[in-house]
Amino acid sequence: MAKAVLHKAATRGHADHGWLNSHHTFSFANYYNPERMQFGALRVLNDDIVAGGRGFDAHPHDNMEIISIPLQGALEHKDNLGNTVITKAGEIQVMSTGTGVFHSEYNANTDIPAHFLQIWLFPNQLNVAPRYDQVTIDTESKPNHLQQLISPDPSGAGTWLYQDAWFHMGRFDKNSETSYEVKKQGNGVYFFVIKGKFVINGQELDNSDGYGVKDTNHFTIVSQEEDAQLLVIDVPLFS
Amino acid sequence: MAPTQLHILAIGRNAEIMTVMQRLLNAPDNWTGVTATTDEAAKAAFEKEAFDIVLLCAGISPEEEATLTAYFKQHSPAIIVKRHYGGGSGLLKNEILYALENR
Repeated sequence: MAKAVLHKAATRGHADHGWLNSHHTFSFANYYNPERMQFGALRVLNDDIVAGGRGFDAHPHDNMEIISIPLQGALEHKDNLGNTVITKAGEIQVMSTGTGVFHSEYNANTDIPAHFLQIWLFPNQLNVAPRYDQVTIDTESKPNHLQQLISPDPSGAGTWLYQDAWFHMGRFDKNSETSYEVKKQGNGVYFFVIKGKFVINGQELDNSDGYGVKDTNHFTIVSQEEDAQLLVIDVPLFS
Repeated sequence: MAPTQLHILAIGRNAEIMTVMQRLLNAPDNWTGVTATTDEAAKAAFEKEAFDIVLLCAGISPEEEATLTAYFKQHSPAIIVKRHYGGGSGLLKNEILYALENR
């Protein structure tokens, strides 16, 4: 039996601020669950919907690797590193916040919501010089395949961050099957169903479910719906 | 059982972030906070006031963390000394609650 945690979508923390409707897989802001503090280096997985024209005012971060993955709409990112960038569905942004960054994230559209995943990882180096990066992802032209978005290797596919972590994402046809191998011995893998249904090593997962597995190196992934989408986060385990 | 009142000292090298931390630490009704950007200022505050928690924030190296932790623990063995990640409101509250429950 694998050492695993199953986070059903309905058990996540929830905050509805009107302009922001957020579901928290792990403890965040006013959602506190001591059983859900992190999965290894993965500390935050927020599923956020921001109303048109609204957003997060300028605020600081430090010593966190912050990844934003827009799923619908677009975000306008501004930071004190001098970046003003629009990130839309089909792109991802990564910030290594290191010694400190101030940034704002606004829905770039006034008429449609922006739906995005906000993910924070503990870094493997403290107090690095802050950096921002953004890359385009293409899960449309190569379905039934996990595409690498992020790795620790600056020369690898996608972008990189300060952690021995890998992110993959893919779109799948119904009944398509793929596999995933852990990238570093000792890492755990956290699966998040962006859309649809999957069976992963026999575990059924529905829309917005999370499933973290700590002691398995090989995974067989079967899509149960047409145009299903999966995010795979491969991270060091601290305990 | 968490204390009804918490007095928190936060040390970090990024003055702008520490200004935000000062506001966040004093926002809840049952928290009061003091921030410092140097070890000397932090130690001076620690000698004057009784804190429940010390947070080590951005810019504190692992070596400085070890030295500061030893100093605070030597002077107040029950003190919680914890590295604070994130620099903002997202993690602050629940990480303090978790530290209190697991002290």
